[in-house]
Formats: sequence, structure tokens, C-alpha cells
Amino acid sequence: MTDRRTFLRMAIMGTAGLLVAGCDKISQSSWGPKVLGKAQGLNRRVQALLSPSSAMAKEYTEADISPTFHPNGTTMPDTPEYQALMANNFRDYKLKVTGLVTKPGEFSIDDLKKLDNRTQITRHDCVEGWSAIGKWQGTQLSALLDHVGVDPKARFVVFHCLDNMDEDTPYYESVDIREARHPQTLLAFDLNDKPLPVSNGAPLRLRVGRQLGYKQAKYIGSIELVDTFAKIGSGNGGYWEDQGYEWYAGI
Amino acid sequence: MTTENVIVADAQIIAPPAPAKSKRLVYRHSLPIRLMHWINVISLSLMFFSGLQIFNAHPSLAWGNYNNPDKPLLSLEAREDASGNLVGITRIGKHEFNTTGLLGVSKGPDGTPIARGFPSWLTVPGPGWLSMGRQWHFFFAWIFVLNGICYIGYSLARKHVQRDLWPTKSDWRGIGKSIADHVRFKHPHGEEALRYNILQRLAYLIVIFVFGIGIVLMGLAMSPRMDAVLSPMVEFVGGRQAARTIHFIIAWAFVAFVLIHVFEVLISGAFNQLRGMITGYYKVDVDPVKVAGPEPIAVIKEAPHD
Repeated sequence: MTDRRTFLRMAIMGTAGLLVAGCDKISQSSWGPKVLGKAQGLNRRVQALLSPSSAMAKEYTEADISPTFHPNGTTMPDTPEYQALMANNFRDYKLKVTGLVTKPGEFSIDDLKKLDNRTQITRHDCVEGWSAIGKWQGTQLSALLDHVGVDPKARFVVFHCLDNMDEDTPYYESVDIREARHPQTLLAFDLNDKPLPVSNGAPLRLRVGRQLGYKQAKYIGSIELVDTFAKIGSGNGGYWEDQGYEWYAGI
Repeated sequence: MTTENVIVADAQIIAPPAPAKSKRLVYRHSLPIRLMHWINVISLSLMFFSGLQIFNAHPSLAWGNYNNPDKPLLSLEAREDASGNLVGITRIGKHEFNTTGLLGVSKGPDGTPIARGFPSWLTVPGPGWLSMGRQWHFFFAWIFVLNGICYIGYSLARKHVQRDLWPTKSDWRGIGKSIADHVRFKHPHGEEALRYNILQRLAYLIVIFVFGIGIVLMGLAMSPRMDAVLSPMVEFVGGRQAARTIHFIIAWAFVAFVLIHVFEVLISGAFNQLRGMITGYYKVDVDPVKVAGPEPIAVIKEAPHD
């Protein structure tokens, strides 16, 4: 009965293939992604209702830390600027804070350590599906924002990174002020009690407790407070957002 | 048209002319149920195909809260053999299977084999495109959830769940016979065909209340924002990766249900069953004993049985 089996297989593959091809047409149309994207706005609003902005991500114990913390995306930034910083073990590193702040400034890792710090063992969930658990120590972003003074017009905090994607596109990310002021939003310099490894974003990376991995910008070079991110990159608030991922990375 | 039926004590002696088999159309499925059924078909299909696209971004399953790359429960991998050809490997625990062409390695857009978990004819979009897969998945997740809430609300309000789905004591007593009937592909034709049998009732209840609600909760358990409030549930099921694994298993359990469901539709009168779920009208044989007098018209309007 090979013929019948072949026919059945062709029929299943054909039907599924037609459906997939039809969906691909919609995915590539100008209207399809707009219609489908409506769900993402709904996700953000409904999740904010169900899980209040003050809710805390679960914090784990030392025993829960994963044996490895898989580094994803850039693992070795190749810009001369970064390579020079790395050669000197980041002793010359300064985080720049710019934009809508009263006191723009530059901060070494030691300066940051003098502001309010926090240690948290939280889970990292990649948009691809995998998870890892790590112990993060870092400066609470809210402490830094208080230190520099935020202009009331500022709505977003943008993180400009030292690594380039696709050769010459700098990685960047952004969160809104409310997320930036969440107690679990850190500028982390330690992972599992050791200085952040290069592959995980040395010397400074963002930790946002309740969003996916692509929000957790590595190799942060500067922070900019803005009222809109429309003029940064392609205007969607982040490198992956410019590639079609959602700015709201809570799901 | 009327049919005359004589109830005879001993048919072998009197031997009346065999009565023309009379049938009647029953309004079985109400319009809301039919609409919700087909909306569900579309949303579940697209969530399944886009779900496989999302799965392909990390074609591996784990238990607990994080992944141990060396010990997946299941993974769809690609390796190179000695001559440099890509080989698709499906790993389940310690067992490995060569699944080249279907899982792990299958044909890419230009026809050459590429590494991908599920093949392009099973994923939406066809090519690897995670962000677009997520768009499809979340869009139809909302449709599935809203449709499901409407269905459960409607079915409880109209007593569909209580009357047609919840098994009665006599249903439970007949479970042995029902299993025997199913494995022999025997289906009732008369009035009995209008009642859901015990296996149907259990299947529908489990699919709606266990699979349906379970897959949504396991989906939400993967959302880091939702986990700020759902973490007790996430830890209860064994962690975020366990929730992802359960989400995947329920998705395939839905597929198994659909295959059995479609098979049962095909062998119990595909045309009649499809008409029932499209127009609402379902034809059944009239049981001879129940028709004592002339029947008026074949079409009888009554409360939908759904």
C-alpha cells in the first residue's frame, strides 16, 4: 500500500504546505503584521493589569543557580573601543549618562558601587525559549536616576551598547521610566559573585526582572534619557525591536 | 410524507412489508456553538503551526527552571556525518533516532537540507522567523482564549455542559460497552446517536477543561511578567522549562484528539456530521418503537443538543 501511503503523505504535506504558504503571504504583506501586532498591545495592557508594575520577579536560592549561564548574541565585542577597555580590564571604563537629566555625568564601576546596590538570584528567559538562573549584583537603576535627576519630560531610558550587530549596527535597548525604577532593575557588574564575564556583557549589563533576554542589554556604554526613541536606530526602541520583535518583552 | 409503522409481536409470522427507513433532521448544534467550533479550528491550527515555529528557535525540552544542554528530555538536533551531510537526530532521553528529512534536518527554501527542528511545511511562517511566529501565536492565542471563555460561559448558561457533557450514572455504568463499541467502530444510528456517549463526554470535558485551560496557563507560565504573580503555579508544575514542556505535550495531545475526532467523524457519517456542525441539522434514523402514530414532518425543531 505504498501508493496509498504516499498519497496520504502528499495530501497532508500539501494541505499543511498550502496553509503555511497562505500565512507566509500574510506575514509579508503590509497589513498582516499590523493586524497580528494588535495582540501585542493587548498583551502589554492586560499583563500590566494582571501583574502590577510593582510585582517582583521570583528570586531563587543559591541552590537553584544553573551550572552554566548560556551567553547569547554578542560574546566578544570587536570594536577597537571595547577591545581597548578590555585590554585594561575595564579600569578606564566610564558609564556615560546623558539626555533629559539635570546632572549628566560619567561613572566608573567603583562610582556605581557606591550607589544603592542589590543582589538578586533571578531567572533569565530567552525569547528563544531557554532559561538560566544567575546571581546578579548591581546598582539599582533607580538610585542612579535619582543621583543624576530625571527631567519630568523623560519617558524612556535608552541603553547604548558597545557591541555592534551586523558589523556596524550598535546594540541598544530601552525601558520606560516605571520599569527603570523597579527595584529589580539593575546595572549589573557581578554574575555569581564574580565580575561579569565578557561573554555575559562585561563590564556592565542591564537586568530587568520581568522581561525577556533581549531586553537585558550587555556591554552598556551609555544611558540616555529621552521622551521618545523614534529617532534612535530604526525607531522601535531596540536592536531586536528594529528586526520585528516587540518592544514589550514581558511575554 | 408520513410513515406507518406497525408494532408487531411476532414479525416472523406476520411478516409485514419492511417499513421504509424513516429519518428525521434534528437541529443539533446551535449557531453560537457552530461558530465557536470553527473559530476554534482556525485558532488552534494556527497556534499549533506558529508554536512549532517558536519551538524551532530552541528545539529542545527540559524539566525544572533552566536548561542543561547535556541532558534534554527531548531535542531535535543536526549533526554532520563523515561525508559532511547534515543528519537530523531526534533525542528522547538517552535514545537517539535518525529523523533526517522530517525532524532536526529538513529541506530549506531552496531545497537543500538545513538544520531546523520541525520542517517548514509544519511551521508558520514557513522559513525560520521567530518574531513573526510570535505575532501569529499571540494573535490567535487571544482569539482562542476569548472564544474559549465565550464557549464555557455559553455552555454553562445553556446547561450544555451539565446536560450533554457531564456523565450520568448510567453513562458510567455503560463505559465497558462504550469502549467495546469504539474499538469495533460501532456507532448508534437512532435517537441514541444524539446523545454523547461516555467516552465522548470524557474526551470533550478533558479537552476543554484540562487541555484548554492547561495549555493557556502553561503558556502564561512562560511569560516573565506573568511569573511575577504566577510563580507559585510555575514552581508547582516543576519550573518554567517544565511548563514549556507541558505546553508542548498538551499541544500534541490536542493533535491526537483532533486526529481521533476527525476519524470518528469520518466513520460515523462524515457528510451528516459536517452538515451538523455547519448548518446545525443532523439526520438520525427514527427508532421504530418510538413512532407509534403517523409522524408529521421529518424536520423537528427542538432545543439544540449541541
